[in-house]
Amino acid sequence: MGLSAYLTLSATVFAIGLFGVLTRRNTIGILLGIELMLNAVNINLVSFSHFQGETAGMVFTLFAICITVAEVALGLALVILLFRSRRTVIADHIDMLKG
Amino acid sequence: MIDSPGLFWCLSIVLVGSALAVVLTKNLFHSVLWLALALTGTAGVFLSLHAEFLAAVQLLLYAGGLITIVVFAIVVTERLVGEKLSHTSRHITAGTIVAAAVLAVLVVVIQRAPLALTAVPLEGEATRLIGDAVLTRFALAFELLAMILLTALVGAIYFARPED
Repeated sequence: MGLSAYLTLSATVFAIGLFGVLTRRNTIGILLGIELMLNAVNINLVSFSHFQGETAGMVFTLFAICITVAEVALGLALVILLFRSRRTVIADHIDMLKG
Repeated sequence: MIDSPGLFWCLSIVLVGSALAVVLTKNLFHSVLWLALALTGTAGVFLSLHAEFLAAVQLLLYAGGLITIVVFAIVVTERLVGEKLSHTSRHITAGTIVAAAVLAVLVVVIQRAPLALTAVPLEGEATRLIGDAVLTRFALAFELLAMILLTALVGAIYFARPED
């Protein structure tokens, strides 16, 4: 399969993730959508790396995976904190800056 | 052959199908399980691109670690039984329009770009090359990554500390 097939696949997954981020009410659901989008980016990086014979893309993917895991751990800590103070994980209900 | 068109289409169907299930399922817990399948499918795509090391990392960190963290967060913030777990969607029409527009733009750009059809083989084993690059060309980024992980850990512990 050519490079464009992999890029189209990752674009599709990216658009699905974007749809999830835009439409989910639950904060954890939004995080899952972000996961899908980051995953699509990783597919892009690895496929360019494969089709150009260059390792930089794979190294970037490794970094991206690590940063994503840190980001999710922090995001979920924030969700738990929000749930403690506001008793909700619905993004639309979190509309006060003052705790 | 690991990069045969048949395998690619099977992986594509699994990946797109499970990704759709992640954003469309009503039950949040099922959503997470579908995400685990999507991440495993991505590991399959990495395998078909001859990135065995990244496929292993993907399985260990994402499908193993991340799913566990998300499940913990759900257990803490929701009741696992009862209708509380369902998570509905809003602005579905607007979301569909925006996502479809982004997809259309991306696909048009991809179709018009002059892209390679055949792969350029790496000079050596991929895992060894990644290790060399991480400790030479990207050594600074690697150290910064360690700092980010440490900061995230400390930050997460600080946020999730018990109430005084």
